[in-house]
Amino acid sequence: MTLTPAPPAAVVAQTRTAPPRKRSRSRTRFAPYLFVGPAVVLFVLFMLVPIIYAAYLSFTSYKIQGGGILGTKSLVFAGFDNYVSVLTDPALASGFWHLGLYSAIAVPLTLGLALLFALLLDTPGVRATRFGQTAIFIPYAVPGVIAALLWGFMYLPSTSPFSYITKALGWGPIPFLESSGIFGSIANIAVWGGVGFNMIIIYTSLRSIPAEIYEAARIDGANERQIALRVKIPLVIPALLLTGIFSVIGALQLYSEPTTLKPMTDIISQTWVPLMTIYRNAFLTDDLPGAAALSVLLAVGTVALSGLVLWISNRRTKGAQS
Amino acid sequence: MTAIATREKAKLASNRGKVWPTIILMIGAIYCLIPVLWVFTATSKSPSELFTTFSFLPGSGLMDNLSDLFSYGGGQYGLWAANSILYAGVGGLLSTFVSTMAGYGLAKYEFKGRNLIFYSILGGVLIPGITLAIPQYLLLSQAGLAGGVMSVLLPLIISPFGIYLSRVYASAAVPQDTIEAARLDGANEWRIFLRIGLPMMLPGMVTVFMLQFVGIWNNFLLPFIMLSNQNSYPLTVGLYTLLSKGSGTPALYSVAITGAAVSIIPLIALMLFLQRFWRLDLLSGAVKG
Repeated sequence: MTLTPAPPAAVVAQTRTAPPRKRSRSRTRFAPYLFVGPAVVLFVLFMLVPIIYAAYLSFTSYKIQGGGILGTKSLVFAGFDNYVSVLTDPALASGFWHLGLYSAIAVPLTLGLALLFALLLDTPGVRATRFGQTAIFIPYAVPGVIAALLWGFMYLPSTSPFSYITKALGWGPIPFLESSGIFGSIANIAVWGGVGFNMIIIYTSLRSIPAEIYEAARIDGANERQIALRVKIPLVIPALLLTGIFSVIGALQLYSEPTTLKPMTDIISQTWVPLMTIYRNAFLTDDLPGAAALSVLLAVGTVALSGLVLWISNRRTKGAQS
Repeated sequence: MTAIATREKAKLASNRGKVWPTIILMIGAIYCLIPVLWVFTATSKSPSELFTTFSFLPGSGLMDNLSDLFSYGGGQYGLWAANSILYAGVGGLLSTFVSTMAGYGLAKYEFKGRNLIFYSILGGVLIPGITLAIPQYLLLSQAGLAGGVMSVLLPLIISPFGIYLSRVYASAAVPQDTIEAARLDGANEWRIFLRIGLPMMLPGMVTVFMLQFVGIWNNFLLPFIMLSNQNSYPLTVGLYTLLSKGSGTPALYSVAITGAAVSIIPLIALMLFLQRFWRLDLLSGAVKG
């Protein structure tokens, strides 16, 4: 036993440093789980489980068993029945048509104006930028329902300041809440509420562009407008994409504005946009599986659309790099 | 001499050239301020003036409108305001804390399941919160929570976007070396987070809090679905029900308008105050990944 060779130096070094390293490793092994734990639990409870539950509900239907007033309602498997009936409901088609028209006005206008104002704020020599920035950002603080309420009164012929003027001129009230004006009117509420926030994102992105790039462009003889179009816009495309995705997701969630305006006009029906149909199915006609099927469709559609935008942008940036 | 003169001339020309951009910016500012201006002048009008006088002329009914508003439904407006502050304040704080912890954990540690958790949460950003509202209602009503304060508060604490921003911010603002140094000094992980991580992440946390506060304050569908007792409504749902009743009785229009005006004052004030502290470049930083 005395002949046991001495352990190699490396092993000695290892065993010497091993205890502290082991301690720190076991210490950091559990720590991250404690940090992300609350978020994961809440994520599972309030996002994952509801999604799975909605998906499950969408494949079931109520069946009255027994019969008469003594019959009990129970859920049975229904395959794609709910999806078929939801997709063939004429209310849904017109709902998506309304949503499409509204988005076609609201999304490009919001992004276009946000980009325009961000570029103006970033142009040297423009006055009162602080005031402009704050004023344009203020609507972000106004909830959609309150914004719809404010604009609703500004659209209503009896209280509208715009119609007050046109009526005084003998032209009659402006048809803000008629079928001819309703899409513009609702889109305007969204544009009003959304421009400021998107402007700030694009503006902060503009501020992070190094000044040398502009100097180089100026030496090459570019004027401010050319710099804006050829230098600034291409460099803020990632910010534009982010705001674009948010705007599309936001547009698909159109609900509170038409719901708030509904008491003021006959044009807006109970199923004017898909989310209003979901609400009707779930709470007014007691068709929970139908509401679940439509929720799943809308969620899948949104994820697919956002994924598509991200995929295109990734391809574009990769293409630009190579 | 001539060089200076031409430079001066160029400067003058460039200043003259900036008149139009300034005008366009001011038109945008006026467009954004008009409804705010309108609601405050409308608040000063008596119900009869509201329908007869030009909108931007002040009226004589401010005090009556305010007393009508605060006596409506036995003081319900005050309750709605308190509820909004409760949901947005408590919900915003809890959400910010949960997001900050998760973002810090995801950014500063290597651990099994990190990517799975991160990408699941990233996917959650894309799920419209509103399509979740119905299944959330069904599950919470089975748990016996629907209708209570918790049914509005709990689902709003989890914010995938808040976690995502916190992670971006934690990896940029908290140096790994500082954490390692604190570890060598024998501090435990929780203390390192509280004493080193949190202070460094504070500007990011203000941003996440502001986004969450405004998001919850503006939320309509979730409380609209969850709550049945008018006394636990937040301002958005309360004013909506007031307006839908008002369509039959124009006398309630003034109350609804005054309620809207009063409700936006604190939020605008908060926004102007927080403007100095938040870091919105965080949002554009998130774009670069």
